[in-house]
Amino acid sequence: MNKYVNNSGDLFDKFNALDETREQLLGDGVNPFHVRMDRVKSATEAVIDGRDVILFGTNNYLGLTFDPACMEAARAAVAAEGTGTTGSRIANGSYALHQDLEAAIAKFFQRSSAIVFSTGYQANLGVLAGLLGPGDTVLIDADNHASIYDGCRLSGADIVRFKHNDAADLDRRLGRVPGGAARCLIVVEGVYSMMGDVAPLADFAEVKTKHGAYMMVDEAHSLGIYGEHGRGNAESDGIEEAVDFVVGTFSKSLGAIGGYGVSDHPRFELLRLASRPYMFTASPSPSNVASVIEALRTISSTDEHRVRIWQNAHVLHGDLSALGLDICAPPGPIIAIRLDDAAQAFAFWKRLLDQGIYTNLAVPPGTPNGISMLRCSVSAAHSDQQIEKIIAAFALVAQEFGLAA
Amino acid sequence: MTEAIIGDPTKVFEQIREQLVPYNKNGIELTEATDINADLNIDSVAILDLLMNIEDAYEISIPINLLADVRTVGDLSDIVRRMIDAQAEGGAP
Repeated sequence: MNKYVNNSGDLFDKFNALDETREQLLGDGVNPFHVRMDRVKSATEAVIDGRDVILFGTNNYLGLTFDPACMEAARAAVAAEGTGTTGSRIANGSYALHQDLEAAIAKFFQRSSAIVFSTGYQANLGVLAGLLGPGDTVLIDADNHASIYDGCRLSGADIVRFKHNDAADLDRRLGRVPGGAARCLIVVEGVYSMMGDVAPLADFAEVKTKHGAYMMVDEAHSLGIYGEHGRGNAESDGIEEAVDFVVGTFSKSLGAIGGYGVSDHPRFELLRLASRPYMFTASPSPSNVASVIEALRTISSTDEHRVRIWQNAHVLHGDLSALGLDICAPPGPIIAIRLDDAAQAFAFWKRLLDQGIYTNLAVPPGTPNGISMLRCSVSAAHSDQQIEKIIAAFALVAQEFGLAA
Repeated sequence: MTEAIIGDPTKVFEQIREQLVPYNKNGIELTEATDINADLNIDSVAILDLLMNIEDAYEISIPINLLADVRTVGDLSDIVRRMIDAQAEGGAP
């Protein structure tokens, strides 16, 4: 008999409600949060449960995970410097590659400093927990990513939420902060990861300037996609000057793993000695760093991936809208389709997978305003033929669910 | 609104209770001892939205960090009262 069965007062009792919800929604069938990819064949194809599947939900926006130059850079780095760094940069030292990557990111963003973190989650944790402390106030958009909430909590700063994408609401709440805005940081995202909607950054920049606060923009889902040079929504909205700190990730457009913070603040580098998520974790592995350097070089030297993802985004958004599906935001890299409830969203997700299309199921409490949806992400690597298959599968399933126009 | 309720614990509780009505799906009696999570089954995001509404009702700033100490409706009322008093005096809490 399992020694953990029939324990009273189990550590896991706190998850009883979660367990019940999971049972109700999923039963014993396929678990959308634990899908096994038997084999990933390309930026847009995998084998799941013995079947070929088109990946339409992996944030591989520019399709660079299988870019030949990025793969070759990673292979060369493994051959030259091994598989891992086995420790933090504080203890084990920085590889030249780490510093080369930081120089490349700073140059890309035209900022004086860049700090690399081992994951995108840690980039938000590290910049926020490093910058902020007790006595500071951070104003966060209600729909900000969990990593932003967690970084703020770790910092000990006072956290004030404002209504999603509402600059007037931010203005009001910033005005109520006791002691003024000199030690206030506003945190927003360029593109919101769940719904795919874009922040009104120019409006936020105006409020920021009016109060004299700092502003940070997370460009995780916009790097390489928005802006003439791919620097994200702050570039496309022409307000980079108002942004004091940019945070982002290597795990989406750049096809690897890790994250960064960049700034022109003359004391930004102090975070290397003050940010625990930077100091107490192993540094990124050489192959990973080398592929990111190559990916940055690629997106700096050609706009072909950016052009292609926008073409695909417009086609997919247009065709899915034409089917009568309720899409949460205008065309962009993320296409979120609103469904009636969690059970319908799960059933729709499963039927799409049966048809060979992989998307993300997103249900409360992980979604804004308690909505249930399918979250899809467009890739520059999706071929015309794959897009046709995606649309055909959605048409079939929408018809089955009585959702087609 | 703020001036009317400073130093009046009953009024703050009454007004918080009104804010909670939309979340009281089972229509239970709301007292100071009502457990917000266990009795009302309000999820973590909804309670953050509720806090925003309370901030707007009183035109004060209530950092969400303070929710860590909130279990009951009475705890929430105490925090709101404390923040109203502190910010009416013009200083940080």
